[in-house]
Amino acid sequence: MDTLNIAGKSYHSRLLVGTGKYKDFTETRAAIDASGAQIVTVAIRRTNIGQNAGEASLLDYLPPEEFTYLPNTAGCYSADDAVRTLRLARELLDGHKLVKLEVLGDPRTLYPNMIETLKAAETLVKDGFDVMVYCSDDPIIAKQLEDIGCCAVMPLASLIGSGMGILNPWNLQIIIENANIPVLVDAGVGTASDAAIAMELGCQGVLMNTAIAAARDPILMASAMKRAVEAGRDAYLAGRMPKKLYSAAPSSPTSGMIE
Amino acid sequence: MHLLINGNSRDFDHSSLTVEALVTLLGLQGKRLAIELNGDIVPRSAFQATALKAGDKLEIVGAVGGG
Repeated sequence: MDTLNIAGKSYHSRLLVGTGKYKDFTETRAAIDASGAQIVTVAIRRTNIGQNAGEASLLDYLPPEEFTYLPNTAGCYSADDAVRTLRLARELLDGHKLVKLEVLGDPRTLYPNMIETLKAAETLVKDGFDVMVYCSDDPIIAKQLEDIGCCAVMPLASLIGSGMGILNPWNLQIIIENANIPVLVDAGVGTASDAAIAMELGCQGVLMNTAIAAARDPILMASAMKRAVEAGRDAYLAGRMPKKLYSAAPSSPTSGMIE
Repeated sequence: MHLLINGNSRDFDHSSLTVEALVTLLGLQGKRLAIELNGDIVPRSAFQATALKAGDKLEIVGAVGGG
C-alpha cells in the first residue's frame, strides 16, 4: 500500500491539517473528519486561569487515540522559544516526540527565519525529537535540515495564510529530487488544484489550515482537499504524459474515415 | 503567597503550596497541561513533591487550535 512514512510510522492519509481558525470545535472536528487527515497540528498556549474551569478543550474533540498530534511552534521568533515550546508540548502530550518546528522571522509576512530554524532543529534532534520542519523553499537549506536529522522538510508553497498557491514549483522540484526524507508542502495552498499540483510534483504530503478553515464551506473544502491530494498522488505515481506544443497524433484512428 | 502565573500576579492565603495544590486551587485538576516553574519544566509526576515559594514564576500551558 502507498503510505506516507514519517519517523517510523505509516499513514494512509497524505493530507495534514491544522486545527485553528474554525468557528467552534464541532466544525473543527467535522472538517478534519471530511479531510481524512490522521495528523493534526496543535498550538501550545497559556491555559485560561480561573473563570472557565469546565470549558471543553480541543483535545476532547480530537482524542489522541484517533489522531497523531503535531504540536507546533507557531508564533515563536527565536530558536530558544521554539525549543522551550516543544519541550512543554512533549510534557503535555506524555512524551510525544513528533513535532512541527517553525521559527518565524517577521510578523507581517510570517516568513520563516531559517537561521533560527536551523539552530532549533539541531537542538531538538539532539534532544530526541522527531522534527518536521517548516522552511523556505531553498534547496540548500532543505538539505541542511535533512543532514541535521529532521524527519521531514516542509517548504512553503507561498506565505502562511496567503492562499497564493505554489509560487516556485521549480525549487520544490529540486528539493524533492535532493531529499531522502519526505518533503511536504506546508503553507500557501489556497484551493484543491494547489494541493493536487504539490502532489503531482512528487511531494509526500500537504499540510494546510487556512485553505480549509477560511473556505465558505470548510467541510466541503476539506473533502475537496482530501480528493485533490489523492488525485495528485495517483497522477504522480501514474506518470504524466510529456508536454508538447502539439502532437499531430489524434486519439481517434486516422484511417476508416467516410468519403 | 505571591505568584506570577501566566504573566498575572496572584496572591494566595497559603504559607505553603505544592504545584499539585495550586493546580487544584486553580480548578485545573484533571486537565491536560504542562507547567514550567521559573523556566524549568515540572513533570506531572513531580507536581506533588514540588513546593512553591513566594515570587515563583509559572507558565501553565495547554493545546489549542493552530496550523
